[in-house]
Amino acid sequence: MAERVGIYVCHCGSNIAGTVDVEEVARWAGQHIKDVVVSKDYKFMCSSLGQAMIEEDIKTKGLTRVVVAACSPHLHEKTFRRACANAGLNPYLCQMTNIREHVSWVCTDKAAGTEKAKALVSASAERVKYQRPLEPMYVDVNPATLVVGGGIAGLQAALELADAGHPVYLVEREPSIGGHMAQFDKTFPTLDCSACILTPKMSEAGQHENITLLTYSELEEVSGSVGGFTVKIRKKARYVDYDKCTGCGICSEKCPRKVIDTVFEAGIGERKAIYSPFPQAVPRIPVIDVDSCLYFTRGKCQVCSKVCPTNAIDYEQKDELIEVKVGNIILATGWKLFDCARMPQYGYGRLANVFTNLEFERLCNAAGPTNGKIVLRDGKTEPKSVAIIHCVGSRDVNYNEGCSAVCCMAALKLGHLVLEKTNAEVYSFYIDMRTNQKMYEEFYQRLLAEGMHFVRGKVAEVTDAARNPDEQGKLIVQCEDTLLGRQRRIPVDMVVLMSAMEPQADAKELGLKCGISCSMAGWYTERHPKLDPVATMTDGVFVAGVCQGAKDIPASVAQGAAAAARVQGMITKGRVMIEPIVATIDEEGCSGCRICNNLCPYNAIEFDEEKKVSRVIAALCKGCGTCVAACPAGVITGAHFNNQQIFAEIEGALWDAAAAKTEEETATQSVSA
Amino acid sequence: MSDETFEPKIVGFMCNWCSYRAADLAGSARIKYPPNVRIIRVMCSGRIDPTFVLKALSLGADGVMVAGCHPGECHYIDQNYKAMRRFGMLKHMLAAMGVEAERVQLVWASAAEGQQLADAVEKLVADVRALGPLNWPGNWNEHKDRLEAIESMVKEHAEAMEVLP
Repeated sequence: MAERVGIYVCHCGSNIAGTVDVEEVARWAGQHIKDVVVSKDYKFMCSSLGQAMIEEDIKTKGLTRVVVAACSPHLHEKTFRRACANAGLNPYLCQMTNIREHVSWVCTDKAAGTEKAKALVSASAERVKYQRPLEPMYVDVNPATLVVGGGIAGLQAALELADAGHPVYLVEREPSIGGHMAQFDKTFPTLDCSACILTPKMSEAGQHENITLLTYSELEEVSGSVGGFTVKIRKKARYVDYDKCTGCGICSEKCPRKVIDTVFEAGIGERKAIYSPFPQAVPRIPVIDVDSCLYFTRGKCQVCSKVCPTNAIDYEQKDELIEVKVGNIILATGWKLFDCARMPQYGYGRLANVFTNLEFERLCNAAGPTNGKIVLRDGKTEPKSVAIIHCVGSRDVNYNEGCSAVCCMAALKLGHLVLEKTNAEVYSFYIDMRTNQKMYEEFYQRLLAEGMHFVRGKVAEVTDAARNPDEQGKLIVQCEDTLLGRQRRIPVDMVVLMSAMEPQADAKELGLKCGISCSMAGWYTERHPKLDPVATMTDGVFVAGVCQGAKDIPASVAQGAAAAARVQGMITKGRVMIEPIVATIDEEGCSGCRICNNLCPYNAIEFDEEKKVSRVIAALCKGCGTCVAACPAGVITGAHFNNQQIFAEIEGALWDAAAAKTEEETATQSVSA
Repeated sequence: MSDETFEPKIVGFMCNWCSYRAADLAGSARIKYPPNVRIIRVMCSGRIDPTFVLKALSLGADGVMVAGCHPGECHYIDQNYKAMRRFGMLKHMLAAMGVEAERVQLVWASAAEGQQLADAVEKLVADVRALGPLNWPGNWNEHKDRLEAIESMVKEHAEAMEVLP
């Protein structure tokens, strides 16, 4: 019996209708495609009225197949499958045609767009007739969650889940959790002390009965899928016994080896070879940096081992690989600072008193290397004037096109701290002042009132080449003041570069391990930029915080909580639906050649030695279809993407070529006749 | 049909995770590219059976794009390498059949590379436009040599298989 196909062409307001004659597509499909019994166009097919129309037609007109020509299936396939299911039609008998992202938005010519849309609708209509009802498969969700990154976003996510009673593995690369927020002195716009609001969360996470803290550890390998991931984690050797160490800190105190701390102190402070990055570190267990430790580099010293009251130092410790099983993964891996030396015109690394904002944060921090005193690189002179340069490495096509989102407010905060702690004049060199969150504009107004100077313009150069006695011994900031409309040279003692936030160097690599991708700028790609900002294209993998795009602390916290809420939803439900797109082997036809066996990256194909045939283990199959394409006997079927369906789709897509050919043949025949 | 009015018909086989999404992104970013490519979605470039390409060409396509994730970035670990190997084989076969190499192109595009995908479409369309219509296998009988070439290829292949353990 012939199928009864319904075609539904969406206008999407003017998004599709602007470059595709949707009425014509619907009319044409109704007249020219075989087995089509209904063909309609509608303003917004995804609206409840549009869906109701489809449901109504399925019931009253007895449709057995549905084609919705609208946006990308990645956006609304679920919507229309649900509508079909509501009307009693198996959801896999519905096919979407992408005439928005793939047609109307990329075409300029309406006639060409309409033709392309017809071809795609025809492809779907031919394919859908061969689609088979499929039953969704369900897998249980392991209630444990892996959170990667112990900065504020990851902490928030971990705590939300742990407080709800679910086990969490919190993995952090550094010896302590806390992330960048632990380095800051104050937070804008409220100026509360960063440590005062962060450290309680850190210790809560450290002591939480549901949180397993894995610091100084990195993600090695991820396998499995939503509901049941298996994760290998490398616990790097600390050379300190985790169970014996009490965190008293005597080892660090007595360690004779001092080195520059390029991580936590951003290169302006020191630490010992055995160290905890900061006093409130969680956990308090120190690590030995083998590259600077005298025992590891020269074979002599062992002072830490001698002074340790609990014998916790273990020079023989090795990296440990542990395996955990989780249902979901939240990536909150944060950012790294733009390397300001890449912009030589600003003199960073060449002119001593040019600082990055992170260095300056450490200068301002009461627990920092200068005990919170703002001084020049010599460690004692208070600056009389400070220039803060915005957008260093951001909003710049040569480095990072995007805005780092936090620097304007951070610059105002640093300006305030300079005004509060010194008698210096503060100049801010900005392109645009972006203070668009709650209480941010008010903070800007406050700084204006406090006497911070604002110069609008992108700084051309920071130099120590003086042109007159006033500039002697100073750093001169050369800039076009675009409000005054003239060049200015402003001599200062100190320059702070508001450096861009950049994706972590290994963000892409980690993303690949978890099956998610990065944008061109390097941030993790969310499932939908507006409506699904913390989910990713891979089910069971979520992102939170700056790793998804530059943002400030409140936004990071909100995303951490949002990701946790999404995971909690899945845990509460207990099981998750996975697409029944798997391969099956017809044992009758299988010759037992075993070509498919080695092609499967998931070892989902087993060989039955007795019957001499291969068999797919459905629970392991991910549905890529590689074995289907490789089977020399053609007896492997890929559900929802079988040969018959794809051949029909190709045929449909080329309906006009076939039509042209028939015409030609008819013409030749009539001539020869 | 004169070359000015020749609009190549091209079928694009794209994987669900990278290249199809690159095409989605090209749309969201309103990047314009020639309307000649009709995209067919498969879950993975590893699913692309060489017969899909032959089928498309025999049904009147003037060119075919096979697109997947970048090597090393496959959603299914490394199945795009299998697509790549198959593509190499297919190229030999197509050459023997007299189909110009430019008509069937392999493209890697990540989900972030809407512009790259659009550029690849533009290139493919321009290449095929320059070659003119394929009209395949309409002119098959005029090329007995090609049939012979394929026959000998099949024979060689069979012989090679026999010497294998």
